[in-house]
Amino acid sequence: MPEEMNIESEVLNLYDQYDFASFTAADVETALKKDSIDFKDYAALLSPAALPYLEQMAQKAQRLTRRQFGNTIALFTPIYIANYCENQCVYCGFNCKNKIHRAKLNREEIEKEYQAIAATGLKEILILTGESRTMSGIEYIGDAVELAKQYFSLIGLEIYPVDVDEYQYLHQRGADFVTVFQETYNTETYQKVHLAGQKRIFSYRINAQERALQGGMRGVGFGALLGIDDFRHDAFSVGVHASLVQKKYPHAEIALSVPRLRPYINNAEENPKDVHEKQLMQVMCAYRLLLPFASITISTRERSEFRDNAVTIAATKISAGVSVGIGGHSDEEKGDEQFEISDPRSVDEVVKALYAHHLQPSFNDYIRLI
Amino acid sequence: MSDKLILGGKEFESRFILGSGKFSLDIIKAVIEDGGAEIITLALRRANVGGEENILDFIPKNVTLLPNTSGARNAEEAVRIARLSRELGCGDFVKVEVVHDSKYLLPDNYETVKATEILAKEGFVVLPYMYPDLYTARDLVNAGAAAVMPLAAPIGSNKGLCTKDFIKILVNEIDLPIIVDAGIGAPSQACEAMELGASAVMANTAVATAGNIRQMARAFKLAVESGRLAYRSGLGRVLQNHGEASSPLTGFLQD
Repeated sequence: MPEEMNIESEVLNLYDQYDFASFTAADVETALKKDSIDFKDYAALLSPAALPYLEQMAQKAQRLTRRQFGNTIALFTPIYIANYCENQCVYCGFNCKNKIHRAKLNREEIEKEYQAIAATGLKEILILTGESRTMSGIEYIGDAVELAKQYFSLIGLEIYPVDVDEYQYLHQRGADFVTVFQETYNTETYQKVHLAGQKRIFSYRINAQERALQGGMRGVGFGALLGIDDFRHDAFSVGVHASLVQKKYPHAEIALSVPRLRPYINNAEENPKDVHEKQLMQVMCAYRLLLPFASITISTRERSEFRDNAVTIAATKISAGVSVGIGGHSDEEKGDEQFEISDPRSVDEVVKALYAHHLQPSFNDYIRLI
Repeated sequence: MSDKLILGGKEFESRFILGSGKFSLDIIKAVIEDGGAEIITLALRRANVGGEENILDFIPKNVTLLPNTSGARNAEEAVRIARLSRELGCGDFVKVEVVHDSKYLLPDNYETVKATEILAKEGFVVLPYMYPDLYTARDLVNAGAAAVMPLAAPIGSNKGLCTKDFIKILVNEIDLPIIVDAGIGAPSQACEAMELGASAVMANTAVATAGNIRQMARAFKLAVESGRLAYRSGLGRVLQNHGEASSPLTGFLQD
């Protein structure tokens, strides 16, 4: 047996393998000519030298996306069932030191939310909890998953990272996909922005996708919160991380998200960490060129026009009818929101926008076998 | 002379099978008509109710559904999806697809044979999607498959008959319809597959991503018909790449 790959150390070894400033237009052109790209090409596509080639990247990304996914765009919505959190993340609204309204939905309230979402026709949901083992224990989440089976065919989780046996338990109760954002792959910055809580343990988090797959989950999602640190290094690491996990677990379905911290508007000084829409699109296209088969989700953090166009180029999944507060789908919100959304459109409105772009909304592309 | 494609005892005039996975629903009916397709594949995972639209509502009733088991990672999952398909009223035809590589989406021949055997015993008309390997094809015959569906190239790649020589071996050796599936990117490639002796060709991405989808469906229809006609005309004799010597080599032989 060959020695088992240690994904964490591989990702960290490659983290600063490339100096993004050193790439030239020729490197970008070389990468764009290839059928499939390696990590060096991928770094070139994320470099400043690639920005003048954004249109060519988008054209190629579009071809690859349509070849792999046809005209279909998957629809889903997130549902926040709790917002208690034990982590102190400096960038997050749920930060345990923040004085916000905390809440946790009970079974009846969760069901009411599910019913409201199901009435819009959606068949895929992403259950989110905030990261508190104490307040939102595994069984609580398992119960929410089991209940969701009555209404939805695909259930994803975005919860605190857990052990293999816990992922296995959640899978057996009906969840098939797990998303864990690493936020940043710069281990120093990681410590600076995660001041307290289990999330401080970088290693436990970066290995979560592997544990989820070992627990039987069918697919895993990755993401860095672009803009916390140098977004090029972080986006590069997301791609490397996802590639290596797929290589080690070939059956795993791979999903990528592209959350970003928005730059301050009218900030006279351009910050190298700033992720404007052009940089965000560059990242999305680079993801597509590295991983033509991966699902890419575009969230309501972005404005509607950006989202509607992103799905014509590289994104394959879009959320709709989103409420990021606790209990916001069916009733008055019981708890506060994690962040402000920029695209409040209903499912119907997003469906119409997809049709207007000659895309086919897909509510259901999944059969749950548990 | 009648030249029908027979699968599971059912006769088909058309030898062009259309995939439905990558289309906008509102044009499926027109594309079926323009392509003259009598069989359309569909992923059961899309057929199962979802949103306001169900793909089944967009497919004319006289077209034979060929539900596939996409999403299955092993034989057991393929069998479960096939049974679900039958329960949902999608008929007895099933295209077995077992894939557990999310990057290349190549079929797992071993698990495919296992699923075929179980489903054929349950009365399904099983059309297994496979990597063109002679031994696997023989196993599929023994397992009760109604046809064999070798891939021409990686799915969605539009690269054409990359596995041409191996498909030809299946055509020569396997007494079941050989339906070339996956990777066909242009009508010329579909025509070539038919000239080789394939019984039918399936295409999806090549049509769904064309500039004019309906016209491309028709182009495929004509190409498949043309290739079939060429095959039945005895193409082999005119494709010799060397001439016959005007003075026979064996003329010196005495009685």
